[in-house]
Amino acid sequence: MSARQKLLHLALLAAGIAAPFVFPSHSVQFAVFWVFVLFALTWDIVGGHMGYNSLGNILFFGLGMYVCALVQIGLVYDIAEYTAANGAIRIDFTDRQYFEGLALGLAAAALVPVIVAALLSRILLGLRGPYFAIGTLGVAIAAAELTNAWDYVGGGQGIAMPVFPGAPGMRERFFYGACMIAAMACYLFLRWLYSTRFRLAINAIRDDEDKAEALGVHTARYKALAWCISAFFLGIAGALFGNMTGFVEPLETAYPTLTFGIFMVAMTLLGGKGTLWGPVIGATLFYTLREVTWTYLLGWQYVALGLLIIVNVVYFQQGILGWLRARRPRWFGADAS
Amino acid sequence: MLNGLSVGAVFALVAYGLALVWGVTNVKNLAQGDLVMLGGFLGFKLAEHGVHPILAIVPVAVLMFGFGWVLYRIMIRRVIALDLFTSLLATFGLAITIQQSLNLIFGPEVRTIRSGFGQLELFDGSVEITWIRVIAFGLCLLVATAMVLFLRKSRLGQAIRATAQDPRAARVLGVDTDLVYSLTFSLNAALCGAAGVIVGMIWVLQPFYGIGYSVRAFVIVTAAGLGNLPGVIIAALGLGVVEQYSGFLLGAQFQQATVVGLLLVILLWRTMLLRRQRLALQ
Repeated sequence: MSARQKLLHLALLAAGIAAPFVFPSHSVQFAVFWVFVLFALTWDIVGGHMGYNSLGNILFFGLGMYVCALVQIGLVYDIAEYTAANGAIRIDFTDRQYFEGLALGLAAAALVPVIVAALLSRILLGLRGPYFAIGTLGVAIAAAELTNAWDYVGGGQGIAMPVFPGAPGMRERFFYGACMIAAMACYLFLRWLYSTRFRLAINAIRDDEDKAEALGVHTARYKALAWCISAFFLGIAGALFGNMTGFVEPLETAYPTLTFGIFMVAMTLLGGKGTLWGPVIGATLFYTLREVTWTYLLGWQYVALGLLIIVNVVYFQQGILGWLRARRPRWFGADAS
Repeated sequence: MLNGLSVGAVFALVAYGLALVWGVTNVKNLAQGDLVMLGGFLGFKLAEHGVHPILAIVPVAVLMFGFGWVLYRIMIRRVIALDLFTSLLATFGLAITIQQSLNLIFGPEVRTIRSGFGQLELFDGSVEITWIRVIAFGLCLLVATAMVLFLRKSRLGQAIRATAQDPRAARVLGVDTDLVYSLTFSLNAALCGAAGVIVGMIWVLQPFYGIGYSVRAFVIVTAAGLGNLPGVIIAALGLGVVEQYSGFLLGAQFQQATVVGLLLVILLWRTMLLRRQRLALQ
């Protein structure tokens, strides 16, 4: 790591830590930013580096959210009774109970999506190109509809999450910190991962899967592994997001295929797919754009979003980093010779 | 059963358009259902001004044809040259734009176009079906036949089919493929528009219901296989019927999940067929 890179990382870390103290009332919005970074980074593993464009990664986000919620509540109460009451029952957690529940919930929320991804990969990762995209989209929509119809987990009514113990304002700060740590851990992990053989293997799959297989890359295993890594971080992101909003509901918060599910693709493409920093930059820019349109163009924000996706995809496919790389190859270590 | 058939006939139109565009331009149009809704709302607007909905199909189709042309010029044309996923995502963006604009203009209420037809009773009143469904079925058949005849007999239809088979060879032989692409996409938009008006008469219109039609169209086309037109129509009618029964048996809340489940089963089945073929080759 060069000195300049180190400085950049430290500066970002400092900005991340300072943000909730400087603007305490915006902690939740800032936390959403880190969740967006997680979205873009995890999407890029499979979509950008491996060339498998998934439209249904949001499935793992929602799974993580629900698994975490069920573990947290199920540890101390009967789930069916709790959900049947539609939030009328309020459980008073002791501090210890709450944090133990959260820790266990997070662990489960990371594990279950990984298992599901491993199982689904046997089925879905055999599909290629647009079929994979449509297949994953189908799975995500099906998951949303099934959760919506399943009364045991609250159905369309959703689940009210356990209340965070501690002083008001602490909850936001706590989850901001958790989201930031998760996003940074994901970044650092991917940074290491992309420096190993793994990146070469999944890039080979993207460039020509049949040739990669012929050259001895165990494609099925690599594909499954890449998707599992995505699912791991997305599950954690979902669990944190659910706890932060305080309310879990299938269509809008847990499996928002048409908003978050597409945002992650849009962000990655905006920044430049198949790079490490592209998704981060894309997420930052997209997040800023979203906040601006949500504030000033209320009502038209989704139209603006749709147009942004069209313009991005149709006219600006290579993304910001791809564009920069073409203009300034030297910044990326490519020599003119 | 009859209800299922009439719904299936509408699906057939939408899926047929999708298959056409998919086959000719290789663009997978995810905005298919939203074009249907757009057409439906145009028809709704015309009906409000006193045009009979069945007559409204013609101007709506013409308007949608123009809309498709403009869309082709500004975006689809560039998408064709890029990779496949791009077309999915770009049309997805289009879908969001259309549905949200419709939502802002017409509001999220569920609408129907009133056509003013009564009930038709069959078998001494043991089966009741609204007249409009029968008419809609007939209209769908009419539009579909017109499309097939156009593709089979006319010069342009031949050019479209030639381009679908091999765009380069078609270009060498003097077919203006760019024109063919734009015509195909506009024709598809017109088909969707017509389907939209029919949907508005026999069913309901709502800005966000479009995605359901897109998913169903994809199910149908993947089930039938590309370039298999009779297959598309049979699959569409089948889906209409299956959906009616599953909604009846499992409850309406599972209807959407059933469709998506069907899609997955079909995709799986296809992969298995492919694998078997590969094994046989080895």
